[in-house]
Amino acid sequence: MVTSPPSVVVVTGVSRFLGARVAARLAADPRIDRVVGLDPHDPPPGLLGLLDGVERIRADARAATEAIAELGAEAVVHMAVTSVPDVRHGGRAAMKEQNVIGTMQVLAAAQGAPRLRKLVVRSSTAAYGASFRDPAVFTEDTEPRAVPRGPFARDILDIEGYVRGFRRRRPEVAATVLRFAPMISSTATTSLTRYFVQPVVPTVVGRDARLQFVHVDDALEVLHRSVTEDHPGTFNVAGSGVLMLSQAVRRSGRIALPLPESALSTGAALLRHLGVEQIGLDQIDLFVHGRVVDTRRLVEEFGFTPRTTTAAFEEFIQAHADGSTLSADRLVAAERAILDGIRKVRAAAETSPAGQDAS
Amino acid sequence: MSQDEFRRDMLPGHADFTLPGPAPAQRVNGRRPIPEKPEAPPVAAEDPDVWDRRVARGLSFIRRRLAGNYRVDDFGFDPELTDTVFHPMLKILYRDWFRTEVFGVEHLPLEGGGLVVGNHSGTIALDALMLTVALRDKHPGNRHLRLLGADLVFRLPLLSELARAAGATVACNPDAERLMTENQLVGVFPEGFKGIGKKFSERYKLQRFGRGGFVSAALRTGTPIVPVAIVGAEEIYPILADLKPLARLLGIPYFPVTPTFPHFGPLGLVPLPSKWLIQFCPPIPTAHLTEFADDPLVVYNLADQVRETIQASLHELLEKRPDPFGP
Repeated sequence: MVTSPPSVVVVTGVSRFLGARVAARLAADPRIDRVVGLDPHDPPPGLLGLLDGVERIRADARAATEAIAELGAEAVVHMAVTSVPDVRHGGRAAMKEQNVIGTMQVLAAAQGAPRLRKLVVRSSTAAYGASFRDPAVFTEDTEPRAVPRGPFARDILDIEGYVRGFRRRRPEVAATVLRFAPMISSTATTSLTRYFVQPVVPTVVGRDARLQFVHVDDALEVLHRSVTEDHPGTFNVAGSGVLMLSQAVRRSGRIALPLPESALSTGAALLRHLGVEQIGLDQIDLFVHGRVVDTRRLVEEFGFTPRTTTAAFEEFIQAHADGSTLSADRLVAAERAILDGIRKVRAAAETSPAGQDAS
Repeated sequence: MSQDEFRRDMLPGHADFTLPGPAPAQRVNGRRPIPEKPEAPPVAAEDPDVWDRRVARGLSFIRRRLAGNYRVDDFGFDPELTDTVFHPMLKILYRDWFRTEVFGVEHLPLEGGGLVVGNHSGTIALDALMLTVALRDKHPGNRHLRLLGADLVFRLPLLSELARAAGATVACNPDAERLMTENQLVGVFPEGFKGIGKKFSERYKLQRFGRGGFVSAALRTGTPIVPVAIVGAEEIYPILADLKPLARLLGIPYFPVTPTFPHFGPLGLVPLPSKWLIQFCPPIPTAHLTEFADDPLVVYNLADQVRETIQASLHELLEKRPDPFGP
């Protein structure tokens, strides 16, 4: 079902990489008259250029509730969901405040907006949790087996719970929940992309996770389509195919350093306290259990196939080739050198008198 | 008389009895009953380029692995690694140590999905591994068997990744159904730990078949069920006693005491060289029963039928193999 695109769209979380891009993309769509960006923070200068066509309202979620109804929003795109605590903005407490309380308030406002027709919420495949008894491939109907230990995954479960409540109260609004796999592109920087560009990549010993990525451009396309078209429901958004963690590290030409899970957790906690890097339990769970989702529902409903995990990752490593030590070219060169070496030794043995004696 | 002919009811005095003609020279796995002409030793056929090619192939394999240039499916199955590393290693055990003989491969579907249901025994699940090797080796389509393993396997580091790379996945209905709709051959051992952890005195007595979850998965996808009987695995590590308190302490389903384990330490891990026979039984079609996938009676009866079939062919195979450690 494709209905007319909404004329007024409110996008939350425009001070962040993905939110700003979604808002910019929607603003560039001539069918949409007005795009309003809500965010408690000012966007960093790098993103300001993108947000030219977007009306920005600097407001926290509470103030935003009024704005959504006043603006006569027909669609709300809720992108203000953070996956890792940001030390500059208050750490985990602020992250939870934004994810859980923020979503609650945005949805409450959306519920009170009379002209609202569409709600798009950013979620994550972390919604499936992580357990050893999980099926290998998650469909949208798979329930998590236990409450996940990662803070982000717990937030995601709360967020989706609020959306379920919203759907009950406003059944006529087309609510789309998009469960994104980790995003990757040549320019995006997330804690996961920073992890893969390190020269030595710590992994969990004895574990090799199956990973999936989605290219940022494909994620944007899906978000755009869910605003301009009608696709109610929950959808997995990921590139088809699988890369093993070890395989991904090898493809990026880095060296894997397998550590016991406890050492990795301790190290990550230490780095977190120092404020250097935000590798949390969410990431460690991902590296232990892996996560693969079924995207058939997305492809059928949206008529759009994201590029494969391998292709998305390939683009990412092309852009970060300079830090690699074990690149494919070097391996080819090494292979050739060994073969040449053998040939030379053999040739020498054949010409030398000892070689003739042996034959 | 070869073992194939032994089973026919043609005993002297029987109306149809004819003296068996000389058996055609047939290669069986492992030891050959009829001395064959020894194959030309590889040394004689040494071509200076053979080793060059082998080295080049080995190096290019290592290079591809190091560059991450290989494909893994959604379940983590790595066909290249399985075919180049796992199967050649297991094949030594399969052919030379257990002298495995396989019957009834024609009952397996040439292509398309199938659910292979077997009896489980042998303290550690070597029978599952030998079954995958047998299928890859004997099936005309050289098919891979995708095993369904207990979640304990996927809880353990390293083992879980080896299992996934070899094509196994967690035994749960979503995975089983997904594999079967992808037209894979799926292998399942419904006895689970009850089967492999049973005492030697209960050998070749099938244990309870769980709740028949495997049957409902097959019914839902309309996949034929192929029962398979495996003889030989019971003798590799005969369990004389089960130290239950120790098992509970370690969080494992049983702690076996075999003639060689634990008192000989790692030496106890060497399996006894029993003679293995694997018999695939005629497939049980399920395509006409798809709507009964949730009917407990149909599921239970079908599970029982599979169980009876396996038990009966176990008895037949045991008659074929009077000496567990024979040739």
